[in-house]
Amino acid sequence: MSSAAEERLRRQSARNGWLLSMPALALLAVAAIGPLAIIVIYSFLTPGQYGNVVWEFSWDGWVSILFTRDIFDGTLGLADAHLTIFWRSVKLSILTTLVAFGLGFPTAWFIATRPAQQRAMWLFLITIPFWTNLLIRTFAIMEVIRAEGVLNTALMWSGIIERPLAIIYTDVAVLIGMAYVYLPLMVLPLFAAIDRFDMRLLEAGYDLYASRWQVLRRVILPIVKPGIVAGSILVFVPSLGAYVTPRVLGGGKNMMIGNFIELQFLAGRNWPLGAALSVTLLVIVTAALLVYVRAANRGSNPHG
Amino acid sequence: MAERRFEIARIPGFATIAVATFVMLYLPIAALVTFSFNEGNSVAVWSGFSLHWYEKAWANQAVKDATVRSLTIAVCAALISTTVATLAAMGTTRRAKFRGETFIYVAINQPLMVPEIVTAVALMILFGMVKQATGYQGLGYLILAHSAFCIPFAYLPIRARLEGMDLSLETAAGDLYATPWQTFRHVTLPLLGPGILAGAMLAFVISLDDVIITEFVKSGGQDTLPTYMLGQLRRTMTPEVNAISTALLGLTVVLLTAFFLLTRKRD
Repeated sequence: MSSAAEERLRRQSARNGWLLSMPALALLAVAAIGPLAIIVIYSFLTPGQYGNVVWEFSWDGWVSILFTRDIFDGTLGLADAHLTIFWRSVKLSILTTLVAFGLGFPTAWFIATRPAQQRAMWLFLITIPFWTNLLIRTFAIMEVIRAEGVLNTALMWSGIIERPLAIIYTDVAVLIGMAYVYLPLMVLPLFAAIDRFDMRLLEAGYDLYASRWQVLRRVILPIVKPGIVAGSILVFVPSLGAYVTPRVLGGGKNMMIGNFIELQFLAGRNWPLGAALSVTLLVIVTAALLVYVRAANRGSNPHG
Repeated sequence: MAERRFEIARIPGFATIAVATFVMLYLPIAALVTFSFNEGNSVAVWSGFSLHWYEKAWANQAVKDATVRSLTIAVCAALISTTVATLAAMGTTRRAKFRGETFIYVAINQPLMVPEIVTAVALMILFGMVKQATGYQGLGYLILAHSAFCIPFAYLPIRARLEGMDLSLETAAGDLYATPWQTFRHVTLPLLGPGILAGAMLAFVISLDDVIITEFVKSGGQDTLPTYMLGQLRRTMTPEVNAISTALLGLTVVLLTAFFLLTRKRD
């Protein structure tokens, strides 16, 4: 075949690729990607008096992320309430990631070291909660930790405590809930990394008189590190943008960024601020995911 | 067991933590399901087996309407997203890598990356404008939004199936003078069938479970099952919510098991 004909075929194939992908891209442009542009535009508009926006350029949406204007003399001061919410979101997301790692690493190790024919079953047990409705899982954990819930009833019945533990509607409740719902996202990439781990390296370590702790710290953890990074980001990202779990378990008082964004879009609130917060969240999440993609790529060439 | 063999891969305490984690993972769900069969109205104190919370949920017109609405949206979203995802998967696999292929891939997977709350407020603003301009308030907005975020869930299993498929059957069909359409209709599509079905089921489950985008996009009186359940939070919780959850959970588990059986066949 001549190279001109080859070139024509190649171009035709590329054109067909684009044509076939067009309906999906069009749908996404209308109802997923396109609307994000509106958010960016709205963040630079002036808030309307009864919600919505006035079409006048303004930096106020961005400024009010961190500052509030004094109603009397118009000076800018740090918005303490906003900082509290940001700090709570970041703190709870980090703690969620740590708890998920603490439970997820031993679990992933346990699954990866099962006999081959059992492994699929254990993995399936992790995947089922992963695909079940987040709201249902949040309800489930709520019924366990609420004042008249399963945990308190059991503890009081057995006489360990006299009055119910006040867990629900606290930061701890949100932490427990998020660790519960996002745990599978930690276990799955960790398992993938440990599954590729060459167990003969352990033998080598023990032959060289390493203790179990040294082997864990000097051999296992460095090699499965891409899996750790991947799992941590997969837990951290949805935690930071969480909406359902803090709403159900935090009870409106213990807001995270997601709930704070919603609040700005209720009637009479500040839409440009809500839009600016959304863009900020989007940028942070995208940056974290880029780190994830790099870690995942590094993880695909073993021991590299 | 005095001379226990030195097991290389064993790390003390890990098995205990792992088993405890599995128990913690399933205990709340087990409690949720158990108390849906409770006779009394507590979700923590057992007072005897009964199905009356299911009867109560079933007799509740709001629950019935929400169920029909959830299923309508999920069926439409699964059909639309699977159709466009199948075409896109055909367009982005088994051909020489072309300019923009990575862009298409990233765009299709975009709903997996953007925090749902951000998409939700963006759609609320956009559809709010359209609602005002056209006066149309129907389910169309929800179907459109669901179809879009279901695309990656339908796309990924179909793509995986296509990548594992042997090209030679289609080449053979071409050699026997089948037109491209005949080849697609009689060779590719039947081979791709399980992948398409798996993608459609995943899209269906994802649409059925959605809370946040639905909550922001829906017009008044358009509750789906999950948003109805979220609305119930303000009242005292009764096992009715458990009964609805259990039913939804049962449906999800059935579909997922089918999904795993369908996708496992390849190896």
